[in-house]
Amino acid sequence: MDWNTILVTTVEAAVGWETVVYALAAIGINIQFGYAGLLNFGQAAFLGVAAYGMAVTVATFHLPFWLGIVIGLVGTVLLALLLGIPTLRLRADYLAIATIAAAEIIRLIFRSVTFADVFGGSDGRQGFAGEFFAMNPYPRGEYGIGPFGFNERVMWVLTVGWILVGLALVLVYMLMKSPWGRVLKAIREDEDAVRSLGKNVFAYKMQALVLGGLIGCLGGFIFALSQASVQPDLFGTELTFYAYTIVILGGAARVFSPLVGAMIFWVLLVFVGNTLSEMVGAGLIPFMDANQVGPVRFMLVGLGLMLLLIFRPQGIFGDKREIALDAR
Amino acid sequence: MHADQKAAGEAGALTPRKAAALKAFEGLPHEPGVPKPDPILVVDKVIRRFGGLTAVNVDHLEIQRGSITALIGPNGAGKTTFFNQLTGFDTADSGTWTFNGKRMDGLPAHRVARAGMVRTFQLTKALSKLTVIENMRLGAQGQRGERFFQSLIPALWRRQEEEITRRAEALLERFKLAAKRDDFAGSLSGGQRKLLEMARALMVEPEMIMLDEPMAGVNPALTQSLLGHVKDLREQGMTVLFVEHDMDMVRDISDWVVVMAQGSVIAEGPPETIMSDERVIDAYLGAHHDAPLSVEEEEEQLHEAEAELEAEAGIAPEDGSAAGSDRVEENVKERAE
Repeated sequence: MDWNTILVTTVEAAVGWETVVYALAAIGINIQFGYAGLLNFGQAAFLGVAAYGMAVTVATFHLPFWLGIVIGLVGTVLLALLLGIPTLRLRADYLAIATIAAAEIIRLIFRSVTFADVFGGSDGRQGFAGEFFAMNPYPRGEYGIGPFGFNERVMWVLTVGWILVGLALVLVYMLMKSPWGRVLKAIREDEDAVRSLGKNVFAYKMQALVLGGLIGCLGGFIFALSQASVQPDLFGTELTFYAYTIVILGGAARVFSPLVGAMIFWVLLVFVGNTLSEMVGAGLIPFMDANQVGPVRFMLVGLGLMLLLIFRPQGIFGDKREIALDAR
Repeated sequence: MHADQKAAGEAGALTPRKAAALKAFEGLPHEPGVPKPDPILVVDKVIRRFGGLTAVNVDHLEIQRGSITALIGPNGAGKTTFFNQLTGFDTADSGTWTFNGKRMDGLPAHRVARAGMVRTFQLTKALSKLTVIENMRLGAQGQRGERFFQSLIPALWRRQEEEITRRAEALLERFKLAAKRDDFAGSLSGGQRKLLEMARALMVEPEMIMLDEPMAGVNPALTQSLLGHVKDLREQGMTVLFVEHDMDMVRDISDWVVVMAQGSVIAEGPPETIMSDERVIDAYLGAHHDAPLSVEEEEEQLHEAEAELEAEAGIAPEDGSAAGSDRVEENVKERAE
């Protein structure tokens, strides 16, 4: 058993690119679901549209990197409007249905043979990150403390990623302690009451959907850049549901819950996965082989999350009194 | 509690506003859709169908400015549906209505509220995970901090927020909720939630307030205080339209009563006499309550009819409107005592 490797990979997971990507996706979900009560089950599509918007612009059409970023952002806003306009006037479930369907449609378009010359089919697109890494201020080498460290490319992705996470958290904090956030929280509880007080509920829900999508789409950029490649199947529905898990784990409608939730989620996943494979490798678990480690770690993490929800339903930062109010 | 009763007692006395409201109704015929001297809300030919069922079919209705008008009717009469049409929470199939002369039909609910017509709900909609004071603040209109980009710069909205908070605190004081200021609204009792909802509606600074069953589910101890508050709304110059089933309450606080049955307005009149109106009795008890009578009942009815004939013979020389104003004067006297 190599405890050193387990420790190093676990600590690195806490600050690694997965945490950054999922934290951004979850911050978006937290605005939509946590504060405004919108069930956006298509967050993966927002990340995907942004990632593909950037990748296709650069790799397929050979246009500048920054234009790719702009196209990714514009695509995200358009997607939010497209999903929101027909569904946000209806009951909450319609948005959920429309978004989960749209996310799958978008993924299938990305991987379709018909558009393979644009999106690259199931192989996706590579070779768009050059301009991003050309801006890298870190000279070649390993950076880190003791056994923990990243090379200059990962450092650059993480620097940009954590700045974006920081900015997104400050934005959410500022918004949610303002009267704008108050209207959002009120909408989550009872739209009709808010309408009767002269607020345009539809406009607020649309703003929340666009904002949550935009923050999530930053995660899409980081995802694509950290891999220097985009593939359609990276943006499946499980990405959305991990983001939801993260929000609920941290406690919905708390500013820092998506960040802490993402850290815990990835630390658990990496720790359980590596520990299991080390144990299987050392012959400590005779009834399992190395191929079974992947699925089993999800089972164990899922079990852990279920226990958390049973014994601490409000999540880590949640307020138990608020949960109790629902029961009334 | 003692202070409550005193306040309610005072509001029950004949205040100038109450007198003015009663004067406006003086001598009006008790017909559905009767024109009022100064209507704030005029409704024409509003129809709402759910499939084959016509839930609302109101031909004409006017609500007098500065009065408390009750909307009553048996279950399923379409009172709440009618409320929903007027306040933009449901779309009428046809019809027009004006508020202060402005067309309101087809406007979404939030625009109706902004125009000054604010409603409350039968099932109270206190926002339980917001504190009482946050509930109140939400009601204020034209908040700069509620706009997305301006909300990011607290300097732009802090002063306004402080002013809103002061107004909210004054209202909470009036509605005896000041002690609950920082509690979650979900921890309030049913009656307190009704009070909070009413106070929150006042934060909008409406001209007309529409209360959907303000007394439903309220602890009797709070009823008097709530009644006092409703009367108080008129004293502050607001127009009140409310749906209620409790006839004691209707008699106590309303200046005029509109009766709906099967979607239509069937009668209007002052609260003291409306329940003896033939059309209203028919609506509540059914028009076919002339089933075979027992001997005793027959005799009783005979006596009643004779008494009525005698009474009519006495009133006959006067015309109808004079009789009406007499009645109002009588009531005024009664109330003054």
